[in-house]
Amino acid sequence: MKENKVTNVVFAGLGGQGVLKASDIMSEAAFATGHDVKKSEIHGMSQRGGSVSSDVRFGEEVFSPMVPSGKADYLIVLSPDQVENNRAMLKPNGVLITPDSIDISQLPNKRSINVALLGVLSSYLEIDEKTWKDAIHGNLSEKLHEINDQAFALGRQARQG
Amino acid sequence: MIETEKLLLSGNEAVARAALDCGVGLGTGYPGTPSTEILENFSLLGGKAQWAPNEKVALEVGIGAAFAGARVLVTMKHVGLNVAADPLFTVAYTGVSGALVIVSADDPGMASSQNEQDNRHYGRAAGVVVLEPSDSQQAYDLLREGLEISHRWQVPVILRMTTRVCHSKTIVTPGKKNLPTEVPHFKRDVAGRVMIPAYARPAHRKLRAKLAEIEKWNESCALNEVSEKDKTLGIICSGISYMHVREAAPEASILKLTITYPLPLEKIRKFVDSVQRCIVIEEGDPFLAQCIRAAGMEVEDKDPIYRFGELNVARVKRILAGDNTPEAAPPKGKPPQLCVGCPHRNVFETLRKHECIVAGDIGCYTLGVLPPFEAMDSCVCMGASIGVGLGLRHVLPDEQAKKVVSVIGDSTFVHSGITGMVEMMYNQPKTGHVLMILDNSTTAMTGLQEHPGTGRTLNHQPTHQLDYEKLANAIGIERVFVVDPFKNMADLEKILVESLECEDPTLIITRRPCLLAAKKIKQYEEKANQA
Ligand SMILES: Cc1ncc(C[n+]2csc(CCOP(=O)(O)OP(=O)(O)O)c2C)c(N)n1
Ligand code: SF4
Repeated sequence: MKENKVTNVVFAGLGGQGVLKASDIMSEAAFATGHDVKKSEIHGMSQRGGSVSSDVRFGEEVFSPMVPSGKADYLIVLSPDQVENNRAMLKPNGVLITPDSIDISQLPNKRSINVALLGVLSSYLEIDEKTWKDAIHGNLSEKLHEINDQAFALGRQARQG
Repeated sequence: MIETEKLLLSGNEAVARAALDCGVGLGTGYPGTPSTEILENFSLLGGKAQWAPNEKVALEVGIGAAFAGARVLVTMKHVGLNVAADPLFTVAYTGVSGALVIVSADDPGMASSQNEQDNRHYGRAAGVVVLEPSDSQQAYDLLREGLEISHRWQVPVILRMTTRVCHSKTIVTPGKKNLPTEVPHFKRDVAGRVMIPAYARPAHRKLRAKLAEIEKWNESCALNEVSEKDKTLGIICSGISYMHVREAAPEASILKLTITYPLPLEKIRKFVDSVQRCIVIEEGDPFLAQCIRAAGMEVEDKDPIYRFGELNVARVKRILAGDNTPEAAPPKGKPPQLCVGCPHRNVFETLRKHECIVAGDIGCYTLGVLPPFEAMDSCVCMGASIGVGLGLRHVLPDEQAKKVVSVIGDSTFVHSGITGMVEMMYNQPKTGHVLMILDNSTTAMTGLQEHPGTGRTLNHQPTHQLDYEKLANAIGIERVFVVDPFKNMADLEKILVESLECEDPTLIITRRPCLLAAKKIKQYEEKANQA
């Protein structure tokens, strides 16, 4: 029997940083690729600048919408001070992506840090660049497309650079 | 061949979509996490959706529409059903002629609530059918099923969701639009609708007879699914727990209960008898476990420590292993705060400065309890600030009584503060009282919804605006002040100090739009002016 491989991604940061937007884009890109997808989030009061996190799981068949602690393949943290309280989510040898993963000075607008870090994540995943672009554009108003395309490209190239 | 449409939807979006596809004629409710997005999305999809001042009114409006033959959706968070409990218990007797589904969105773990009550108890207490979806597809399917059950047996139905189902996105294939069109009309049915004791007595018997029929139907209903696998372990579960269970114990036999009131006890008995070890895994209260045990079946139950908070895969594994050793506390994140520039900030700074005893309420402003303000001394339920403040004033020694202030948000005031204001004049404490309405022109806490005090409807169209000043005057309060807490903090302080001293009942309205709402409000107003 083929193993049901599920990829677990956890996004974390502070309210207002675009954590939920990033997880929406990720889940839509995985959905468009044909995977089963579940996305879960805890916000509520956290929209007032508190900690926010969101889980995306995709693969052949996903059951629980929550990534079990210590099982995240990728942990994307948008705010450096939120790394420690989320680190336990990451599996041993899992990939941690933070603002340090890119050259922040090259970012056209600080607010697109979420999409820039998705760019870094994309370099690990087998999802078409076009699919990513569509998911990004589908989740942002048109006037934000260009700077977010740039942010995504910056992140996507970061591992080679 | 028509390609089947697949969508990635949250549970709330799925319910909204189902409401549209099933021809729901009216959606009404009051905002509350995690239920709020259902009506917002129903409206965006083109459905008729409206916010009521509170959940009780919402349910009553829903009952009227369902009496007239419409299909109705009423939404609220779990504590909202406490407010709406009075009509709930009696609409169970009257029944409906269209269809009435009430969404109760429970919040185990209290991501954004003041308690983690389990509303399945309401189903049993009131005699109302309860459906529990475990993902967005089921949320979609169960709204339709709920409407059908409601219409077939002429009973209200509770669709009991939880935070993880409401706010998780999963894949949904919408169904066909196949419910017949309903044309509302009035048909007199005095004995069925007027619950004087003479009519209520037979109505109660009728309700129990309907529930017995539904229970029988539920025994063979395919929605309660048995998956036969390893016979050494059988798990009974419902809602989101089903998903955690499938992941934690892929080899176990599972009975997934979808209609959890009235329970299909014979089906459960067969399942219990078919496995060596049978355990009930449910989030929240041991509701299923107790019902099943009361019916004389021997099943294991989770350790009481798992009654608190949400379940997840790891906790389900621990329950199965009988592990009740203390769990590691989740790492502490950063707590939320009032936004920088929030108009509530100056209010709490002033209250703190004058060492007021603050009977608080629920909303963004509850964050006034945290540093740097620490200016709130109680918060119980929506509207409680006024009654609790008056109670404090009645019994405290004068020196302390004179420092008591009730603080309530605008949406909360309309929801359940108006009767408190009547009480403030009817049974006046001898030191008077000071009531503050923090009017930020929105329901900020739940994501900027309109309410009767904003003068705009759910989809931001102009409507009649409630006038708090005139209302206070009509109730008999003569000292009424309106002040901008941001621009005129010194005035606010002066008015507060004078009011605490003077011992006459006083209403202070601090009026300035929420920072996040201000821009949107301008746009709505411009649009209204153009029209
Ligand atoms: C019975 C009940 N219904 C709904 C809620 C969810 N809820 C909490 S506070 C609130 C209203 C907040 O609005 P407002 O009073 O205007 O204060 P703001 O957040 O704008 O400061 C709502 C809808 C609740 N806690 N209890
Ligand atoms: S959302 Fe509005 S009311 Fe809430 S803290 Fe921010 S500014 Fe204040």
